[in-house]
Amino acid sequence: MRSLVRLSALLLGMALVPSSFAQSGPVKIAGLVELSGTGTTSGTNFNDGVKLAVKEINAAGGILGRKVEYTASDTQSQPQVAKALAIKAVDDGAYVVMGPVFSGSILVSMTETQKAHIPNFTGGEAAAITQQGDPYIFRTSFTQTTAMPKVARYLSDTLKAKSVAIIYTNNDFGKGGRDVFLKAIAPKGIKVVADISTDPGQLDFSGAVLKAKQSNPDVFFVYTNEEEAARCLKELKKQGVDKPIVGETVLTSQKVIELAGDAANGAVAHVGLTADAPLPEVKAFSQKFQNEYHYKPDHNGLKGYSAMYIVKAVTEKIGKFDGEAFANAMHGIKLSVKQYPGILMDVSFDKNGDLDRESFMTKVVNGKQEVVATLPALGSGQ
Amino acid sequence: MNASSSTVIARPRRPAVPRSRTRLALAAIVVIAFALLPLGLKSYGTYLCSLFCVYLMATFGLNLTIGYAGQMSLGQAAFLGIGAYIAAIGMKAGLPFFAMLPLAALACFAIGLALGFPALRVQHHYLAFATLGFNVLVFLVLRNEEAITGGTFGIRGIPRPSLFGLSLERDLPYFWFTLASTLLLIALLGWLLRSPWGRAFAALRDNPIRAESLGVNITAYTLLAFAIGACCAGIAGAYFASLVGFIDPAPFNFTASLLMLLGVIVGGAGRFLGPVVGTVIIVLLPEWLRFMQNWYLAAFGVAVIALMVWLPGGLLSLPERLASRRIGALP
Amino acid sequence: MGDFVQLVVSGIAAGTIYGVAALGFTLLWQASGTINFAQGEFVMLPAFAMLLFLGIGAPLWLAFFAACIVSMLLLGVAFKRIIVDPLLRHGVIPLVIATLGLSVFVKQGIKAGVGALAYPFPSAFPAGQFAIAGIEVSYADLGTLLLAGGIVIALQLFLDRTMTGRAMQACAQNTEAARVLGIDVRRMTLYVFLINGALAAVAALLIAPSYLVKFDMGETIGLKAFFAAIIGGFNQTRGALLGGVLIGVLENLVGFYVSPAYKEGVALVVFLLVILLRPEGLLGKAEERKV
Repeated sequence: MRSLVRLSALLLGMALVPSSFAQSGPVKIAGLVELSGTGTTSGTNFNDGVKLAVKEINAAGGILGRKVEYTASDTQSQPQVAKALAIKAVDDGAYVVMGPVFSGSILVSMTETQKAHIPNFTGGEAAAITQQGDPYIFRTSFTQTTAMPKVARYLSDTLKAKSVAIIYTNNDFGKGGRDVFLKAIAPKGIKVVADISTDPGQLDFSGAVLKAKQSNPDVFFVYTNEEEAARCLKELKKQGVDKPIVGETVLTSQKVIELAGDAANGAVAHVGLTADAPLPEVKAFSQKFQNEYHYKPDHNGLKGYSAMYIVKAVTEKIGKFDGEAFANAMHGIKLSVKQYPGILMDVSFDKNGDLDRESFMTKVVNGKQEVVATLPALGSGQ
Repeated sequence: MNASSSTVIARPRRPAVPRSRTRLALAAIVVIAFALLPLGLKSYGTYLCSLFCVYLMATFGLNLTIGYAGQMSLGQAAFLGIGAYIAAIGMKAGLPFFAMLPLAALACFAIGLALGFPALRVQHHYLAFATLGFNVLVFLVLRNEEAITGGTFGIRGIPRPSLFGLSLERDLPYFWFTLASTLLLIALLGWLLRSPWGRAFAALRDNPIRAESLGVNITAYTLLAFAIGACCAGIAGAYFASLVGFIDPAPFNFTASLLMLLGVIVGGAGRFLGPVVGTVIIVLLPEWLRFMQNWYLAAFGVAVIALMVWLPGGLLSLPERLASRRIGALP
Repeated sequence: MGDFVQLVVSGIAAGTIYGVAALGFTLLWQASGTINFAQGEFVMLPAFAMLLFLGIGAPLWLAFFAACIVSMLLLGVAFKRIIVDPLLRHGVIPLVIATLGLSVFVKQGIKAGVGALAYPFPSAFPAGQFAIAGIEVSYADLGTLLLAGGIVIALQLFLDRTMTGRAMQACAQNTEAARVLGIDVRRMTLYVFLINGALAAVAALLIAPSYLVKFDMGETIGLKAFFAAIIGGFNQTRGALLGGVLIGVLENLVGFYVSPAYKEGVALVVFLLVILLRPEGLLGKAEERKV
């Protein structure tokens, strides 16, 4: 009986938890990030990037005189949790939502922010995200459709590869990227000799690598999340593979190098963002980030940081806190580092929320990511 | 090596379902208060309340398995998943919710029978092993049979049903619908346990040896309790799919089963309202104690251990325990 | 043919690691009727302990021995005193539930206290491969096989050939009779818990380089150990190794020749078949039902 009384007291207590509709005071930014599960590395970097930017922005007086109040919640890398948290962010009156980073999660949670007309920045790279006709979704990095042709060009022009073995993770990110990659290499006459699907969170890559190795390709293309990439590189090394190993963004990222150790040496990847980019703003950011969190940021750290500064820049441009006006202003916008140093690199957004900027080819040398080439933004040639 | 009887702990003689007028009245007040609660909440609060109801259906079923039949089931989330996928796949194909609901329930009942029959034939704790294995297997099938289940991509855009022409698309009506269904299910289970036929469950809980000597077919009743428990999870799954609108294999993994099991035990296995307390602890309380973040589950783990040492009957056995201590009837 | 042998060799190597964890699991069951559902977390914890010692500059071997001692104290003595001893009198199930609670506590405590990121772990063996008769074997696989296999065999010899080992087995088979014979049952049981702590540290040393050290790394190894123990025979120490190796090899073969997606399912199918057809396990003896 007492339990019933306790229960009812508890439920009523929940109802009385204050809910804030603050129109003035701090402006709320909600982070939906992968702080556990298979996306931990991505989510943690993204979150720390946003946090660093928020700290700096607040120290410099906030946005339009209002302090930023950032609250991060853990999606556990699960789409339905991300969706529930998106509902909560809407309830809490968030001005902008940051994340999730995982494509599978944002594809499910974005409908909630769209319904509430709240701009939503994502770290997701799956092509499908910006093809939903959602005017409130914005990327913080390249889509796979932009990145993969650059990888394909590298395979055919630089490596002169005739055949490739693909190892990818079977989720929205991995499968989506692999599909785009297949389309990108088709016109180059590169043959796919092995096409191997692996599980998110897979621990043992011995079978996958052996199968890929047996197909005797010119190049290995590895497209998985961070931990899986490290395990795969270790297994490739263990089985004595000496062919080039190529990836996109993840493969040469900081956490992968840390986890894979020696095995990462020689891996090549196209990256949209890297803390090793030969740009003074990025170098300064990387230093500040390491002072604050004691680890080197990967591309997701840059995504979170630059996105937060884009929020500041665009909000100041429109002069008010208005989600709809913000979204309208974002479409077709061009922002330059000269004017807004926090955005780290010149960037432009199109009508779908996709962005364009310079990118880099990187290679792991002696346990460090090195930029071997800087590729121009797509729009710059026109 | 004392493989003593593996039924769950405390077995005081109690009626299968507590009954008294004041209790009923109080229960009614609590239910009405809960039903009106979301009027003061926003979408997320309403969502949580609906989610609470969904898990309540599953844990009430689980309580029948654990509390009354004395069986550890580590596979309740698998049945939740089977129910959710059956409902989602059917509704995406255009079939109505009310056609998929009984299908989900029946499928889980049948699978529960098929799984429980061989496992219960041998030894008591083998059902725990078998259900654990079954849960992992179901998770793998959900993730890998992409053509049917959508694999890791999941199934998006699952509709909500309409009832007598009224759309339950909005959060509040859907919550009331879920709450009403949950109450109906709980009432059915209560009726079942009180019926002459169902009294055998209470006999089974209180003393399986005595029940056997009185002519209760232990294996048959245990199996039935397990299958009905699975069936409840299947029903809960259908509501889950419709509530969230998206499903992927993640919420149906072994960890979810584990949490439900521990929830029921913490609440008080074999007590009719034990699952209510347990589900509050696993679904609502973490939200309330958000400041504890990850420490919440760690503390929950410690609480489970402490409870096993000092209060193996669960939280709901606390009043009795205190009372008996006052009288000095128990050491 | 080369592929096949290579797969079998690396499968046996992986399987012996499962076997090591499974062995501790069966020993605990025999000695104290403890079904330890936190066995996976018991492997995860020494991995973090080793990282800690490596972090303060200890070489790998020293870190391993230090972690062994920590593990024996924490997962051996403390686990027995604080959780097993007070609960044993309640029967099997409350203890099972307490170990489930323990697994939640350890995992979430590490996640809350240390974080959810993965950490790299150095391999105890050199990288690379060598070829015998055209079959390529990696040093890591060979090292794992020798170390884990050696430990399991040594433990088996200890149990069969020494007085202490036999006394421990006697306690496991019939506690009362052992007591009458003048065996210090409490001490023997404590030994088993110490051995389990050490085995967990060994499994951690071998599995961490490939799994990476992370708060949830115990989930998979824990399940594998559990399946291996039951497949081999819950009440037979020899069964644990057989179960582990069987799982390791079959997983590799199915992963390569059938479908990598159902690699994880192999252990399960064997496990469910064993439960249904031969519940006492491949090498186990049937236990009569006690009331």
